[in-house]
Amino acid sequence: MIPPLIVDEALRKGLHIIAVTDHNAVGNAAAVMEAAVGSGLWVMPGMELQCQEEVDALCLFDTLEQAQAWEAQVRAVALPFRHDAERFGPQYRVNAEGDFIAEDDSFYQGPAQIPLEEAAAAVHALGGLFIPAHIERPMKGLLGVLGLWPAQLRADAAELSPNLRPSAARQRFRLPPELPLITSSDAHWLAVIGSVMTIFVLEGPPSIAELRRALCGEGERRVVVP
Amino acid sequence: MILRDIVTQLDLQVLAGEGALDQEVTGGYIADLLSCVMAGAQPGQLWFTLQTHLNIVAVASLVGVAAIVITEAAAVGPETINRAAGEGVVLLRSAEPTFETVMKLARLL
Repeated sequence: MIPPLIVDEALRKGLHIIAVTDHNAVGNAAAVMEAAVGSGLWVMPGMELQCQEEVDALCLFDTLEQAQAWEAQVRAVALPFRHDAERFGPQYRVNAEGDFIAEDDSFYQGPAQIPLEEAAAAVHALGGLFIPAHIERPMKGLLGVLGLWPAQLRADAAELSPNLRPSAARQRFRLPPELPLITSSDAHWLAVIGSVMTIFVLEGPPSIAELRRALCGEGERRVVVP
Repeated sequence: MILRDIVTQLDLQVLAGEGALDQEVTGGYIADLLSCVMAGAQPGQLWFTLQTHLNIVAVASLVGVAAIVITEAAAVGPETINRAAGEGVVLLRSAEPTFETVMKLARLL
């Protein structure tokens, strides 16, 4: 999963947009963004946040500065441990070519001590999208952990695991009818990149604002889970 | 056993639902995953959890548990307390961790 291979694999699978969303971390997004320069692939810097309730949510941004500002907020409320590389394997930072820069011993596991709704508001304040991830999973999925979709939660969409169709999800769970549902590969290995996807029909160059308009169905924009 | 007696014996703090403490408690259920509580908890039970999200009130109300017992003195936001008060859900808090709280209860039963 080094940056040039991620970009190549995404392009080979016909993707136009990907997001780099490490767990409670943003550290390797810059390298993938740089590796994609000139390739036509838009790489969003982001994070898979685990919030206080132990619910995972995708936080997606336009710029590295926004993503890093969000990471700083998350680090401030992270669990006070160090990463144990002997037990859990080393965490590397790499450059755009995939070469080793440094080993990172920050602890990115576990929940950041920020409540779900506060996290959504903070991501929105930075201009990002907030999308609870794999919501049907018993662990770390919003519906598994919190049982019901919280009426007061301001989320831009909800992500389903690859094997769950939006129509099936709406039958199985009581979700707000206006809540957009997307699916993504959650790729942890190169081969999984692009195994499922969501099509965002846009009317302008890709940006967080355009994605938000597509999620809201503005104009001819829409999202389609093929 | 009557809920009010349990509150006294276990030294629980009543955060909401003071008016509904004279009900019979039928047993207990422990989980922090609310989907498990929806599937497994029974009406009249005490539900022990560290989860303090607003949704605990909806789930407690849906299942009809006698009370929610937040353990380990976990911080509970005003939204959760106000919602519980509004829906007549009894919200209690123990200063001790779940294991010790439940062990104390077991000695009473």
